[in-house]
Amino acid sequence: MCLAIPGKISTIETRYDGAVRVAKVLFGGITKEASLEMLPQAKEGDYVLVHVGVAISVVNEEEAQKTFEYLAQIGEIDELIEHTQV
Amino acid sequence: MKFISEYRDGDQVALYLEEIRRCVTQNWSIMEVCGGQTHSLVKNGILQLLPPEVRMVHGPGCPVCVTPLHLIDQAVYLAMQHGVIMCSYGDMLRVPGSKYSLLEAKAQGADVRILYSPLEAVAIAQANPDKQVVFFAVGFETTAPANALSVLHAQRAGLKNYAILTAHVLVPPAMEAVMEDEAASIDGFLAAGHVCTIMGIGEYGPLAARYRIPIVVTGFEPVDLVQGILMTVRQLERCEYRLENQYSRVVKPEGNPEAQAVIRSVFAVSDREWRGIGTIPSSGYELRPEFEAFDAQKKFDYPIEKAPESAECIAGLVLKGIKKPQECPQFGKKCTPQFPLGAPMVSSEGACAAYYHFAQALETLA
Ligand code: SF4
Repeated sequence: MCLAIPGKISTIETRYDGAVRVAKVLFGGITKEASLEMLPQAKEGDYVLVHVGVAISVVNEEEAQKTFEYLAQIGEIDELIEHTQV
Repeated sequence: MKFISEYRDGDQVALYLEEIRRCVTQNWSIMEVCGGQTHSLVKNGILQLLPPEVRMVHGPGCPVCVTPLHLIDQAVYLAMQHGVIMCSYGDMLRVPGSKYSLLEAKAQGADVRILYSPLEAVAIAQANPDKQVVFFAVGFETTAPANALSVLHAQRAGLKNYAILTAHVLVPPAMEAVMEDEAASIDGFLAAGHVCTIMGIGEYGPLAARYRIPIVVTGFEPVDLVQGILMTVRQLERCEYRLENQYSRVVKPEGNPEAQAVIRSVFAVSDREWRGIGTIPSSGYELRPEFEAFDAQKKFDYPIEKAPESAECIAGLVLKGIKKPQECPQFGKKCTPQFPLGAPMVSSEGACAAYYHFAQALETLA
């Protein structure tokens, strides 16, 4: 529960009459929604660390990919997939 | 178990390990505060690769493990009420209450749902206007922005049927509590990288100075951990006690200001009871009075008694690093991940579960 997972922002939309920016974020083959309220500067194509549905920091692509591979190796991504099905 | 060569940056890990061996001259106990780091250290077999002088002690850094029994009982009680949808993170569901876990409540017909994010709970509340939706909001600072946002979203949407049961704990006060406990003799800390991504590193410098103890903000991958341990050992051998940031590629000194602002607007710092440790002053969050309508603690009555902790579980000693999990008489006997007696055996980030899985892996290798 404590780890943040890196993914790539594919699209951004707004909710609550434009008050909240929400992104579709790609994690390997999975897409999940993440709030961008903590990252006003984040844009489409950026890599972000996402923790329980909220993007908390922008990271560079190389870092994002290496971290993602590591998380996949130790099985943390399975957890994300599992939770997606609920 | 893995071999060093299989790690990302395996050569780098080997180099750092070699450097630790070269510079260590005496025994040191280093506590990693974050359960994610405990998990990684154990799972990747790093504890076995460190020289015998360096002893890693596993800290209280698993929010699931320190959530008080009474709060779990309250969540179970609420979940059993008609018309309530109880939501939380997966780990939380299996933590034993005094009678049931949330999962057992679910088996008896309660509407309990595992979610990835509290923001999903707000959507559930919107879709179920005739139900009361409660999110059991556990976590450290990393999780606080998401839980706070869920309240703000519910407020924006004008929802009257959403509330959170807050069980938020903070890392720096827990480190202080460990330092104040004489039985827990810790020489250095690895501070939790993702917590600092949100809060920044400003709080740790004064702690390092006050307790004359090195604190190194560290990531959770093998190469991060081994480098963080090396940085700590180097300081110890030179009689230094500073704050250093091993994880600067992710952690900015100031943290994430937007996240801090959201946390401050929704939560106030409060005293908190830590399971197995006791009450630590100013060590958690509660909802500000303005958000009372979203506070499950205030919104509902809980006609239940405070139950005593299991006498067999020594989680408090494990969480403070005074005892190792395998020193618990119940470890692997009455207490296993399938039938946990205490929370540290439930969560993958809990020290007891980490050791249990590791012991199994070793047996398979042998
Ligand atoms: S092994 Fe089980 S009973 Fe012993 S301290 Fe850990 S959780 Fe408690």
